[in-house]
Amino acid sequence: MNAEVPVANGYSARRTLPLRVEIVRQFRRRRTLVMFGLLLALPWVLVVAFKLGAGQGGQQNTLRLSDLATESALNFSAFTLSVSASFLLVVAVALFCGDTVAGEASWSSLRYLLAAPVPRDRLLRQKLIVALGYAAAAVISLPLMSLLAGTLGFGWDDIQVPGTGEVIPAAAALPRFAIVIGYALVSQLVVASLAFLLSTATDSPLGAVGGAVGLVIVSSILQAVEALGVVREFLPTFWTSAWLDAFAPEIEWSGMIKGAAVSVTYSAILIALAFRRFRAKDIVS
Amino acid sequence: MRFARGRRLAALLVVVLLAGVLGWALWPAAPQARGIDLTIAVTDGPAGDQRVNLDATFFPPPDGGKAPAVLLAHGFGGSKRSVREAAQRLAADGYAVLTWSARGFGRSGGQIALNSPDYEVKDVEQLVGWLARRPEVTLDAAGDPRVGIAGGSYGGAIALMAAAHDRRVDAIVPQITWYDLADALFPDAGGGGPENGVFKRMWAGLFFSRGGPVPGDDADGGLAGLGGPPVPARPLTAEEAACGRFLPEICRMYQSVAETGKATPEAVALLRRSSPVSVQGRIRIPTLLLQGQRDSLFPLDQADANARAVAATGAPVQVAWFDGGHDGGDGEIDWVHDRTASWFGHWLKREGGTAVPGSGFEVTRDGGRDPGTRRPVLLHATGDRYPGLGGTGRTVVRLAGPDQQVANPPGGSPAAISAVPGFGGLLGAGGPGLSVDVPGQSAIFESAPLTAPLQVTGSSTVRLRVRGEGEVTLFAKLQDVSGGAQPPILPEGLVAPLKVTVPPDAGEAGAEVTVRLPAIDHRFDTGHRLRLTVSSTDLGYATPAAPSVAGVGLAAPALTVPTDAALRTPVNGPEWWTWALPAAAIVVAVVMVLAGRRRPGADVDPALAGVPLRITGLTKAYRNGDTVVSDLSFQVERGQVLGLLGPNGAGKTTTMRMMMGLIHPDAGEIRIFGQKVTPGAPILSRLGSFVEGPGFLPHLNGRENLELYWRATGRPAADAHMAEALEIAGLGGALERAVRTYSQGMRQRLAIAQAMLGLPDLLVLDEPANGLDPPQIREMRQVLIRYAERGRTVIVSSHLLAEVEQTCDHVVVMHRGRLVTTGPVRDLLEGAARGNGSVRRLEDVFLTLIDDNVGERS
Repeated sequence: MNAEVPVANGYSARRTLPLRVEIVRQFRRRRTLVMFGLLLALPWVLVVAFKLGAGQGGQQNTLRLSDLATESALNFSAFTLSVSASFLLVVAVALFCGDTVAGEASWSSLRYLLAAPVPRDRLLRQKLIVALGYAAAAVISLPLMSLLAGTLGFGWDDIQVPGTGEVIPAAAALPRFAIVIGYALVSQLVVASLAFLLSTATDSPLGAVGGAVGLVIVSSILQAVEALGVVREFLPTFWTSAWLDAFAPEIEWSGMIKGAAVSVTYSAILIALAFRRFRAKDIVS
Repeated sequence: MRFARGRRLAALLVVVLLAGVLGWALWPAAPQARGIDLTIAVTDGPAGDQRVNLDATFFPPPDGGKAPAVLLAHGFGGSKRSVREAAQRLAADGYAVLTWSARGFGRSGGQIALNSPDYEVKDVEQLVGWLARRPEVTLDAAGDPRVGIAGGSYGGAIALMAAAHDRRVDAIVPQITWYDLADALFPDAGGGGPENGVFKRMWAGLFFSRGGPVPGDDADGGLAGLGGPPVPARPLTAEEAACGRFLPEICRMYQSVAETGKATPEAVALLRRSSPVSVQGRIRIPTLLLQGQRDSLFPLDQADANARAVAATGAPVQVAWFDGGHDGGDGEIDWVHDRTASWFGHWLKREGGTAVPGSGFEVTRDGGRDPGTRRPVLLHATGDRYPGLGGTGRTVVRLAGPDQQVANPPGGSPAAISAVPGFGGLLGAGGPGLSVDVPGQSAIFESAPLTAPLQVTGSSTVRLRVRGEGEVTLFAKLQDVSGGAQPPILPEGLVAPLKVTVPPDAGEAGAEVTVRLPAIDHRFDTGHRLRLTVSSTDLGYATPAAPSVAGVGLAAPALTVPTDAALRTPVNGPEWWTWALPAAAIVVAVVMVLAGRRRPGADVDPALAGVPLRITGLTKAYRNGDTVVSDLSFQVERGQVLGLLGPNGAGKTTTMRMMMGLIHPDAGEIRIFGQKVTPGAPILSRLGSFVEGPGFLPHLNGRENLELYWRATGRPAADAHMAEALEIAGLGGALERAVRTYSQGMRQRLAIAQAMLGLPDLLVLDEPANGLDPPQIREMRQVLIRYAERGRTVIVSSHLLAEVEQTCDHVVVMHRGRLVTTGPVRDLLEGAARGNGSVRRLEDVFLTLIDDNVGERS
């Protein structure tokens, strides 16, 4: 520390708000626990639903992802991911990243942290790291729990590719599964950064989370308008399901590359905006 | 009010978005080309003496000037109305477009002569002459308009035939059409010609029924259209019922071949008169051949033969295989229009320099699915040169399988199903190319699983040995077997029919035949097998009625597969923006973050190092213009307990927030121990604060809240003086309860305890007595006085004067953001006493002061 600056004993900006403290602060919250509980329970609910529904509706020999869900744990996990990626995971990610600053503002604890003082940039950085960590844990926990639930429910078997019905050996499919999870993380990054920006702009956590989810919904509505043509490719949600290409007989990268590019682009700008806004903001919460 | 700017920005964004959407929706579309309906009288017939009125529509070029002309011909069973939209699009591109109903169709008179040189071709020659007389049409010479012809199927054939017979035609775009009608209706994959061909019964039936008995009908339906026949206006004569609008000569030919299933030499001659095969070497103009991959009526080999015939004259030829044809598919209307327009743009308008647009060979391929809509995406692979059906290279795939017996069922039923003519999408439910084979009727030969993907582009060949008696009719197809649960795929539903004549004395030797399998563009993936299925029946074809059994084996265990490595799909590798965009965004983001960065602790005034707080000229206005703090200056010395007094709205809290670095002042500065206060300035570590109520994490208990807060400051746990703080809070057992269960007073005390953690040199408390009961207030007073006695400084804001009077030694009075007075409490009271002659309470002083102040201002 600069010797000329008489600060309180032992104070150093670089030691404020350690990640461990922020993790503990967020972890015991009810919404954190409920969200993780939901994500971890969903695969089991689906397994039960498939088991109860088995035998009804006859043996359709179609090759949709949902019909193949009971073929193997990997198929089941891909199905779980496909049904939750567009909404449930978006909500989870928006929750962790949208609530993090706005939540503090709504509890009035933000001003005491800032006056402690935790420098504003550092506060955002630490909060962003922890929020992204929770969001990533949410995105990862769902497919992993699905693998576990699927293995117990339908057995560990080779994956059957939707559409063509081709079979990829489980051992070869596992690395692809890692690609899928990795891509899901990158594609949700844009949701995370949007929620984070809104979180720094409002004192209402509900507003930040709802705003981010709402914008995602608007984007996915827009992407259904084919008249928009190539513009749709630059909508933040356009490539959300591009990970399905990892389960094609030959991995098709172009969609995922484009999706990652779009996501990183939006995220970088949104997060930079969040830092700039927060730095200049008058904290009146 | 603090959202005012944000709200304005959001409103602006919405307005811009709405304006964009509205503008886009209301943007004036290109002027719709208006057609002029007219009747053009022509004379034709072998002797040129038959008058016929053709129903036509002329679309003049939209800009009113002169333009090249395009004749747009319709398909079999259609009329000028079926090409109306395509004509309007072409006209909008700047052409004079003429559509007409061919003789025997729509409202035109005459009978169908199947694009005969004596009839339809003569009609078109006169239409070209008619165009030459129009003022809107560019002329190459007197009586010779600049004209191109485009059309599909029946209309494609007339384009080819007219190009051969009329030198004035400058360029043509024939689509999904024939080279040799006899060969198309009586194909023989063994190379025996139409006389030895297998009758394409279902397609031929549909083809001829579409010229059926509906005089004067103006139906829109082309060949692929479905729907019941319209009700005729009057009862039909026997001749009409049997032959419809066909020329009797053609009707008789069809009736005879359809009955026997054999092409007589007369029938072949008649069909060939209507086919480009009869005008070989006479089409010498630029020709763009668009043929559908999903077409069992006029397969790709018909376009191949046309391409070779035109190319032999030295004229420029391009070939494209698109996703369409008589069996359905996408149709690619936009792409067909674009290709047609660019072909005519080059050859008729002479636009775009010397380079011919497009590429010599173009093939539409499956490009996976659109990631947004999950709908199929089509890619166009292009190559410079059209290699023909033999490809630029050949791969030999080994096939294996024993000789097998195939039975022809009596009456030819049940039959295998490959494509159902006229019902393109019907079998498409389970994906394209699903076919049905009947057990016992087919021989199967398979390759080993492929070790690398194999893209077949063209017509594969295989040599078969057939044993049996007399004429054996067989159908060969090349299937894609993926293994697993998927049934084999028959690409485009195409089969190659062949008729083999086994000599009576052949015995075990049988007859050998080289079979040309259907021309396709199909990718066989790694691990898939190629399967050659040879069956005795196919629903679309006429097969012998007599039951028989034939032996089918491989004369050579090799399938020769054509490939075209020169074909390239446009997208190779990631697009440039996939790396440029994120890289640019990250650079922009880094600049944005770094640009506004402040270095804390840079502004120090050493002279004030011993002064806990000095405020100079502090001013803050909110965005709506309300001044909350105005030119406020005062100083606090070490050991003072300072009361910040003022009514609600005086700016006390805002001032305190500025002391904490939460609000940026508009002007002036705050120095704590000489350090200028900025957001997050390190000097704030010597400030303890409690402003505008407590702020705790409601799900944690009191002790955890204080501990986590202290850990968030990053300072050593021993410096916290946690025990003293907790004693001040006086919460006892409630410390272990979640904060959300606390009363207002408990939270208040916990918050004051939090402000005192680490025993800061400057303690700032906003209305600390709120929510406390009288004994607690008294206790608080003692605590604060004791706190200042140790050389520390306390600032307490309040609107309760009695409270300040008893706690504070100094006071700062604010009203409406301005400083009213400052000084020791005693001086203030004495001064007031002197003025009025009696000792008054601070409350009275305060009320007088703010009254005066109001008076001054107003």
